[in-house]
Amino acid sequence: MANIKLNKKQFEKEIGKLDEKMQEKISLFGTPIGAITDEEVELEVFPNRPDLLSYYGFKRAFLAYLGKKTGLKKYKVNSPKKDYTVRIDSSVKDVRPFTACAIVSGLKLTSEGIKDMIDLQERLHATIGRKRKKMAIGIYPLEEIKLPITYMAFEPDKIKFMPLGAEKEMSGLEILEKHPVGKEYAPLLSGKSKFPIFIDSQKNILSMPPVINSALTGRVTEKTTSVFVECSGFDFESLKKCLNIIVTSLAEMGGEIYQMELEYDKSKKQITPDLSTTKEKISLENTNKLIGIKIDERSLKNLLEKMGYEYSKGFVEVPAWRTDILHEVDLIEDVAVAYGYDNLIPEIPEVATNGEEQRSEVIKRKIAEILVGTNMLETSNYHLTNQKTQFILMGFKEKSQPDCIKIESSKTDYNILRTDLSHYALKVLSENLDKEYPQRLFEIGKVFTSKSKSEEEHLAISISPGNFTELKQTLDYLFKMLNLNIEVKEPDKVPLHFIKGRVGEIILKVKDERNKEKSKPIGFVGEIHPEILKNWKIRMPVALLEINLEEIFEEVQ
Amino acid sequence: MDTKDIVDSLSSNELKILPHLEEKDIVNICKKSNLDKTSVLRALEYLKDKGLIDLVYEKTKIVDLGTNGILHQKNGLPERRLLNLINEKRIINFQEAQKQSKLSDEEFKISIGTLKRKNIVDIKNQNLVLSNSGGFGASKKTDEELFLDSLPINLDSIPKEQINVFRDLQRRKDIVKIKEETEVKIKIKDLGKKILNLKIDHESLIEQVTPEMIQNEKLWKGKKFRKYNIQAPLPEISGGKRHFVNQAIDYAKKIWVEMGFQEMRGDIINSSFWVFDSLFTAQDHPVREMQDTFFISKKSELPDKKLVDSVKMAHEQGISGSKGWRYQWDSEEAKKTVLRTHTTCISAKKLYELSKLPIQQRKGKFFSLDKNFRNETVDWKHGFEFYQSEGIVVDENVNLRHLLGYLREFYKRMGFEKIRFLPTYYPYTEPSVQIRAWHPERKIWFELGGAGIFRPEIAVPLLGKNIPILAWGQGFDRIIMDYYQIKDLRELYKNDLEQLRKTKFWMKS
Repeated sequence: MANIKLNKKQFEKEIGKLDEKMQEKISLFGTPIGAITDEEVELEVFPNRPDLLSYYGFKRAFLAYLGKKTGLKKYKVNSPKKDYTVRIDSSVKDVRPFTACAIVSGLKLTSEGIKDMIDLQERLHATIGRKRKKMAIGIYPLEEIKLPITYMAFEPDKIKFMPLGAEKEMSGLEILEKHPVGKEYAPLLSGKSKFPIFIDSQKNILSMPPVINSALTGRVTEKTTSVFVECSGFDFESLKKCLNIIVTSLAEMGGEIYQMELEYDKSKKQITPDLSTTKEKISLENTNKLIGIKIDERSLKNLLEKMGYEYSKGFVEVPAWRTDILHEVDLIEDVAVAYGYDNLIPEIPEVATNGEEQRSEVIKRKIAEILVGTNMLETSNYHLTNQKTQFILMGFKEKSQPDCIKIESSKTDYNILRTDLSHYALKVLSENLDKEYPQRLFEIGKVFTSKSKSEEEHLAISISPGNFTELKQTLDYLFKMLNLNIEVKEPDKVPLHFIKGRVGEIILKVKDERNKEKSKPIGFVGEIHPEILKNWKIRMPVALLEINLEEIFEEVQ
Repeated sequence: MDTKDIVDSLSSNELKILPHLEEKDIVNICKKSNLDKTSVLRALEYLKDKGLIDLVYEKTKIVDLGTNGILHQKNGLPERRLLNLINEKRIINFQEAQKQSKLSDEEFKISIGTLKRKNIVDIKNQNLVLSNSGGFGASKKTDEELFLDSLPINLDSIPKEQINVFRDLQRRKDIVKIKEETEVKIKIKDLGKKILNLKIDHESLIEQVTPEMIQNEKLWKGKKFRKYNIQAPLPEISGGKRHFVNQAIDYAKKIWVEMGFQEMRGDIINSSFWVFDSLFTAQDHPVREMQDTFFISKKSELPDKKLVDSVKMAHEQGISGSKGWRYQWDSEEAKKTVLRTHTTCISAKKLYELSKLPIQQRKGKFFSLDKNFRNETVDWKHGFEFYQSEGIVVDENVNLRHLLGYLREFYKRMGFEKIRFLPTYYPYTEPSVQIRAWHPERKIWFELGGAGIFRPEIAVPLLGKNIPILAWGQGFDRIIMDYYQIKDLRELYKNDLEQLRKTKFWMKS
């Protein structure tokens, strides 16, 4: 998402007074207001509308929406003059294969105008350009350039020019290694044997896209009256759209648009920019049905014109700077916006359906109710944790930690998925040493293993101060209430955090299809070893149990 | 209350301490009334509440035995132990003395120093012997021992001649310690004096009602029940309770169930295919970067080929009249495993499940309320785990106004009377809606979440049918925070037991 800042004075002079009504209209147009000061209005522009990323683009669309200048905005596009040509060398194919170019003349640039232009360029880079990865834009003073221009790729060490912000000539490699902007965008070119450049007929390098312009031929000033604009990247169609957004904005600033001839090879010539519209089908029936309104064709036409389109007999003319119209539904949404979301009356259809909770969720809630009835507090911890709390404090040695699912590049020290709830139970106790005892806690939630069925619902109960007997009573009560049979037996292998001889394995007794009794181990109950309590700085004895609920979801009738 | 009422209200403990109020020390009151200290203090508080006495709390410093001090009281001070040994052996060399006395280096050194300074022991050719006057000193208690015997003592009331002894002992390890104690001074008020002068027959007042009493009316007939002070402040208790977040979630689930929605659940770990690709999120969309999403190194498997091909087509060249995103779709990118960033992937899977049904039966209303994950730092308004209230309505005949209808009803029942809808953008819905609610206290419209109608690029591959699917996925944490008036997101997962015990119940129903 990008924010644009508009000059409040200019807005009020050219669009209208920024009163509450106007602010409401801006929000209902789909550009929420971020902040308003005495000088500026900040608007949020969603990523589907890069054509709104400059004041001029916004003004074009918003004046139509207000009904002041509806319909398709037309711009005069002049054919190429002599030498308005860019030759694309086949060497760029493997680096950055496409470019779309234009010339805009007759500009009277003020310092604000230059700032607006650069801001638009940067916002387009950040959004549809995907930080210059997908496309990059260059704007150059035509006065400093000898046409025609060539777009080609060259060995990095043989590229030599003085980049913006430097005081001497640098090679392509040096720019990536030493220049601050070069360093930032180096990953986009690193590993390539040749780097792309724009170069004029006198062999002056204009720029090395997508990184940086030349200081000599790539800086637009207040004296500049004509500019050369290029977009380079990987998808010709989106480059053309991006170019259209820029040249129409410059035209709104008073420029005249000139096309250029792009020679991809002798047989294949392209002319850009191309501001001709595309025709898309729209059905009145589909529109009414999807939005839930009843408008006639005349209103449909009016509403589409308020969104900057032309409409005629089932077809919409879509302006050349709209990048977001993939399907009829995109047009229908614009009709809904023009109709006004505030004019849509919410309604619930009168169709009866049966609502239902998932069985597992019902059982989880019942378990919680039973435990709350025994005076227990429910806790709620993160699904993420880290190896120190999950393993080391639970008695594992640094080198013999069990498998777990690790998270890549976490921004915090929570970087694995929890493998049990028990360590979180002790963590909670250790963080509440100064709170009233007894502390009787439970938690229900997912734990994760690297096995194939990787997510399981568990239950943990902890009592402090507490002992085996007390907790076993709670366990027995819980399963009696659930009407399930369990047995607690001597474990074959004792989990590290329990005291040997004071821990039992919990076995669920179930009957299979043939009514034969089967035993399913579902967890452990016991007293925590003082050494583990010391790890956690807990000063009270703790009894703890953890069980896997998945079997219980199966068995509860 | 008049004096009589007050007398009637005195509890047995209060009556027990009443005759001993003039004692200066609480310990004495305890002894004479035969009550423990807590009971005496509590009874004093009640007497104060009833206006009989005033209590003045004074902090005092008490000198008492330290950890080693307690040990030495049992076994004797190190110098005493050494002296006894010398006394027994008459003459003993240094090493032997330390070995047999079992003193540490430091204790041994101090003991010799002390005994020499007191002129009890002499050193002669590396041997320890009693000094001439030693015979007398050996049997008498030292000043240190006398001082330790007198503990505990108020720091201010240590006799002048013992100050130095105290200072010396203080320098030694853990023999004495100073602890702060609060001392209570009782001042009897006029009302108290009046009542003290009354003859109170406390035998005739009934304390507890006992089972015997109910059986045998002689035990209570003609007697009075002691009057309670029903306004006396009491210690707080707390009960078992669901976590407040889960109380809110249960309530929200109930709303959806009542509105005829079926619950759907799903895994937290998913392939990018289900979280992004099936929801028409282009593979170069910023949300798919590690910067924003938790990835797991293990690759996931893709679902069946027909579905994958159909999703690939939707991205590359479009489907059902769409132009698509026009790029080369990479199945490897779709295999990357992530922690779900939204529960919308559960909706996607539900649609695919419906696609297996006959075409007319592919409809229904579904919801989920579950956790999602994003790679985020933690502060008062950000966290890496968050709840989403998710829903879809799959039906030939639903439209945008119906979407607004369901959302308005849900938020109304959540307590947001005034809400409004604004246009917005999501890759997977068109039209898209943002819901904002009016906050009457803060006087702002605040964002509740997003919704829309799934694009045909999603409906066609997943459901196999281009019909409207109303869909929403709204953050739920802010609603919880607003209800409980919590300002810091971290408090939702802090598990501060005091907070859990004190947080009010979710009272909407």
